[in-house]
Amino acid sequence: MIAVESLAKSFGSIRAVDGINFSVDKGEILGFLGPNGAGKSTTMKMITTFLPPTSGTARIANFDIWENPLEVRAKIGYLPESAPSYRDMNVYDFLMFTAEVRGYDGEERRSRVVRMLETCNLKEVAWQLIDTLSKGYRQRVGFAQALLHDPEYLILDEPTDGLDPNQKQEVRALIRRMGREKCIILSTHILEEVEAVCSRAIIIDSGRIVADGTPEALRSRSALHGAVTLELIGAKDRDAFAELQKIEGVEKVVELTDEDKPGAPAVDNDAEKPGKSSLRVRLFPKKGVAIAQETARFIHQRNLEVDAFTLEKGDLNEVFYNLTRGGQA
Amino acid sequence: MRNLKAVLKRELKGYFESPVAYVFIIIFLLATAGCTFFLSRFFDTRIASLDPFFVWHPWLYLFLVPAVGMRLWSEERKSGTIELLFTLPITLIEAIAGKFLAAWVFVGIALALTFPMVFTVGYLGSPDYGIIFTSYIGSFLLAGAYLAVTCLFSAMSKNQVISFVLSVVACFTMVMLGIGVFTDFLNSFLPVWISEAISAFSFFTHFQSFQRGLLDSRAIIYFISIIGFMLTANAVVLEMKKAE
Repeated sequence: MIAVESLAKSFGSIRAVDGINFSVDKGEILGFLGPNGAGKSTTMKMITTFLPPTSGTARIANFDIWENPLEVRAKIGYLPESAPSYRDMNVYDFLMFTAEVRGYDGEERRSRVVRMLETCNLKEVAWQLIDTLSKGYRQRVGFAQALLHDPEYLILDEPTDGLDPNQKQEVRALIRRMGREKCIILSTHILEEVEAVCSRAIIIDSGRIVADGTPEALRSRSALHGAVTLELIGAKDRDAFAELQKIEGVEKVVELTDEDKPGAPAVDNDAEKPGKSSLRVRLFPKKGVAIAQETARFIHQRNLEVDAFTLEKGDLNEVFYNLTRGGQA
Repeated sequence: MRNLKAVLKRELKGYFESPVAYVFIIIFLLATAGCTFFLSRFFDTRIASLDPFFVWHPWLYLFLVPAVGMRLWSEERKSGTIELLFTLPITLIEAIAGKFLAAWVFVGIALALTFPMVFTVGYLGSPDYGIIFTSYIGSFLLAGAYLAVTCLFSAMSKNQVISFVLSVVACFTMVMLGIGVFTDFLNSFLPVWISEAISAFSFFTHFQSFQRGLLDSRAIIYFISIIGFMLTANAVVLEMKKAE
């Protein structure tokens, strides 16, 4: 277990991390979210004993970062931001060095390095200088270094930064796989990543935790959560509008313009259905009321022609924006 | 200790895998030979002694040793690998000592490669090998002191050039403390006992005792304590600056 207790760090007069508390158990993948400069990296640097906190402490498997820093380091696999590594070494030598420092000898040391080269798909560049590698490969070298001793605790600072979409998927799959028996903290500013990988997310802003929960729980704080988006065909007259308003539990109905539709270019939409008028509306529920069933029944009763029916899960972006810009979600 | 060895091996290997090592060694050998034969006119003196060789060491080291050591911490801080190093289960002492020793061994190798000098003087006459031996010891300790100063300044700046310049200035000061011109200058406005005390801290005076064929324990302790002091300061600076 990683337990962080009122951890704080000041740089001069700037309070980078302002007394945060949380704990992470084995089997959890905790996502650290926050705008740039929120204190994510600083927190990770303190947990990994790189930076001494101004006050507070953290314990990793009951080793305190103040009292047993070396034991803490031995327990943790850490991928620092932008995956620094000794660029004047080749990949194999670099991993051999970390293996040596991690206390492995002889055959064990070699076999661990070879296994890491395989796990992280580094075999073909094993003899290349790290300096000559692309960002994606260097990131993987950082991964290999962090995983070499099969640590129970993994701390990953922006692990997918600089990777291409395929590599991102690979790394996320790897993290999910490892998450079953390890305790992982990862920071990111990519919200989809949190949804794809993490079992829990903490949003931090100006050094404080502003939200802590499962991605679903966080999403439910979005105003969009539970809303139903409909695409109605042939609903020329605006009567439908008024009708929809009558569905039980509906707070308000909003017509969506094309800009509201994520990922669909407006031109495309018009070109496909010339002359056909379709109405896109979003039904917002009253607080805490589920409206999907009622809406479906209503559609059935009125024999409405529906092209799309979406139950919105809520938008993490919106929650994130509201929490980190001083607004309230 | 095993981590110290790991750091030392990594650093030392790093020297020899880059052209810097060979450039350094070649320049060092050419410069020592050049100074001995052309500036000191080794042959003209007609004395079987390596004095004309060792006398240049404080001045050659002045530029060459900072060039060897400037990258030790600057690079580590600039590239961010310091974060990697200090989140591995390595203590600060192991890391500092490992790096320092690697650079010292490297300079030692360069120094050892001047062995043809010994053969030359041995072929030409019958030198006092005891003096040559103590001079080598002194020269190696002197290089260690320069290097420890360089380590400290290397930790202070992420920029290798700044580290280099500061190290050269600091080492130059440490040498000058014992040079006649400088002590005379100090004598002109300070009581003699203070200027004496200041010149007692000079690299130069302590190096000279080795050139006289003495293995003076005071000089040895002096160099070892300078190294210890500088490396301790290095640790303090690193702790303060590593996060920047």
